[in-house]
Amino acid sequence: MGEISLGQYYPTNSILHRLDPRVKFIGTIVYIVSLFLVSGPVGYLCAALALFALVLLSKVPFRFILKSMKPIFFILIVTMLFNLFLTPGEELAHFLIFRITREGLVLALRMGIRLALLVMGSSIMTLTTTPNALTDGMERLFSPLKLIKVPVHEISMMMSIALRFIPILTEETDKIKKAQIARGADFDSGGLIKRLKSMIPLLVPLFVSAFRRANDLAMAMEARCYHGGTGRTQMKPLTYAKKDYCAYLITALFLALAIIFRVKGW
Amino acid sequence: MLIELKDVCYTYGTGTVYEVSALDHINLQIGEGEFIGIIGHTGSGKSTLIQHFNGLLKPTSGQVLFEGKDIWEEDYDLRSLRTHVGLVFQYPENQLFETDVLKDVMFGPKNQGLSEEDCRARAHEALSQVGIPEDLYGASPFDLSGGQKRRVALAGVLAMDPEVLILDEPTAGLDPGGRDELLREIRFLRDKRGITVLLVTHSMEDVAQYAKRLLVIDNGKIAFDGAPKRVFSHYKELEKMGLAAPQITYIMHALKERGLDVDLRATTVEEAKRSILLALSQRASEGR
Ligand SMILES: Nc1ncnc2c1ncn2[C@@H]1O[C@H](COP(=O)(O)OP(=O)(O)OP(=O)(O)O)[C@@H](O)[C@H]1O
Ligand SMILES: [Mg+2]
Repeated sequence: MGEISLGQYYPTNSILHRLDPRVKFIGTIVYIVSLFLVSGPVGYLCAALALFALVLLSKVPFRFILKSMKPIFFILIVTMLFNLFLTPGEELAHFLIFRITREGLVLALRMGIRLALLVMGSSIMTLTTTPNALTDGMERLFSPLKLIKVPVHEISMMMSIALRFIPILTEETDKIKKAQIARGADFDSGGLIKRLKSMIPLLVPLFVSAFRRANDLAMAMEARCYHGGTGRTQMKPLTYAKKDYCAYLITALFLALAIIFRVKGW
Repeated sequence: MLIELKDVCYTYGTGTVYEVSALDHINLQIGEGEFIGIIGHTGSGKSTLIQHFNGLLKPTSGQVLFEGKDIWEEDYDLRSLRTHVGLVFQYPENQLFETDVLKDVMFGPKNQGLSEEDCRARAHEALSQVGIPEDLYGASPFDLSGGQKRRVALAGVLAMDPEVLILDEPTAGLDPGGRDELLREIRFLRDKRGITVLLVTHSMEDVAQYAKRLLVIDNGKIAFDGAPKRVFSHYKELEKMGLAAPQITYIMHALKERGLDVDLRATTVEEAKRSILLALSQRASEGR
C-alpha cells in the first residue's frame, strides 16, 4: 500500500510533482500572502490566472482541486452571508431586517474569492506533494530553529508517523466495523446514548490495536538504534535543482507584482 | 440454492485515482450443507468475495441472492441475513472488546435480540465447541494467547447459530496442532449442525483433507470450481497462478513417471500410502 491513500496526494508525473517540497511550501505561503495583499479586481484576476496555470502544470484533474473546496464550502457561504448582511454602508436593497449594502457586497465577494483561491492554492501543494516529502521539506526549512532548541527533527518525525498511521487506522476501523456488523452490531440507528454505546465495540479494539502498533513501532525504531535527530543523516537529502531556482524566481516575481498591485490599489 | 452470485463485479475506490477491480464477473452457486474451500494467491480477491455473501460489500454490478431473494432489494433485512450467514474475519481476535470472554461471545446473540438466559446458554455451547475451558470464561479476552483469542472470536460468531459459516484463513498463525484441531472442530460442526461452510485458506493440504468442493480464485475471477481432486490434476495451471497442488500430488506424479502405477488423484498421506502399497503389491505379484 505504502503511499497510497495517504492524504489527498494525486500520483502523476508533472513538473510540480518533481519540484522540491521546500519550494512548493514557500510558494504556497507567498501565494496566500499575495491574496491578502491585493484587493482590486485586477489583482484577483491575476491570482486566479496563476492558479489556473498551476493546475494545468500539475496535470491534476480539475475535479480533485474542486473536491478540496468541499469541507470549507459551508464556512465559505456563512462568512459571505455575514459580510453581505452585516456590513454598514450605502444601502442597495433590503427585505425584513436584512439590508444589503454596497460595501457588504464588495466585502463578501472579496472574502469568498480570497478563501476559494486560498484553499485551492494550498490544495495544489498537497495534491502534488506526498505528506512525507512535505514533512521532510518542513524539517529542512525550519532546521535553523534548532539553534533556539526547538526539537525540529522530533516534531517532523512525529508528524510523519502520525500521517503514516492515519490510513492504517482508517483501514483498521473499517475492518473492525465490518467484523462487528457481521456479529449483528448496529452503528447507525437509535438515539444518541444508544449510538454512543454502540461505538464501544468499535473503539475498544481500535485503541487496543493503535497502542499495540505504536508499541511495535517504538520497539522496531529502538531495535534499529533510533535516538532522535543528533548526528542523523538522510537517505535522500533534499537538494535544489535548476528548476527549483526557477520556481523561486517566479515566486519572487509574483510577490513583487502583488506588492505593486497593493501599492497601486488595483 | 442457498447463495447465488450472478455476474458480480466489485471495484474498490470507484471514482478515485485508486480504483482496483477486485472481482470480475463472478457466477457462483452454493448449496446447503456444502463444505467449500476457497483458495487463491494473495490479493486475488478471496476476502472481497466472501464479504458479498453477508452483504458487507455491495457489488458494483451484479446480484447476490440468498435463498432466492436479492439481498440488495429495497426492503431486504440485511441484519437478519447476517445472523444466517456468519463471517469470521481474517485475524478475528482484533474484534474482541468486552471485559470478559463470556460477555464477548454473548455480543452476537444479544444483537439478535435473545434473552440474557438464552445468550448465556448459546455462549456456553459455542465456547465449549471451540474448546475453551470453563475457567477462562471470566478472563479478559486481551489476556488470552493468540490461539485462544482466535477460538473465542470464532465462538462469538458460532453463538449466533448461523446456517452458513464463512471463515477467512482461520488457521493463519496457529501451530500445526492447533490448526488441525480447529479444522476438525469446524468439520464436526458441519456434520453435526448441517451448516454450510466456506473456508478461505492458503493450505492445499487443508482443502484436500476437509473440503468437498474447491474454488480457485485468480485475479478476481473463478479459475477452477470442482472437487479438490479434479482441480489438483490441473496442478501445472495452478502453479502459474502462484499456487501449488498438495505435495502428495507431486510425489504421485513423480512415482507414475518412474513407472509405478499409483492413483494420481490421491491427495492425503493416507490415500497415497494405500495407493502406493497397492501398486507395489501388484508389481510384486506381476513380477512373480
Ligand atoms: N479496502 C480496500 N481498498 C482498496 N483496495 C482493496 C481494499 N481491500 C482489498 N483491496 C484490493 O483488492 C484486491 C483483492 O483483495 P482481497 O483482500 O480480497 O485479497 P485476498 O485474496 O483476500 O488476499 P489475502 O490472501 O492476502 O488475504 C487486492 O488487489 C487488494 O489490494
Ligand atoms: Mg484476505
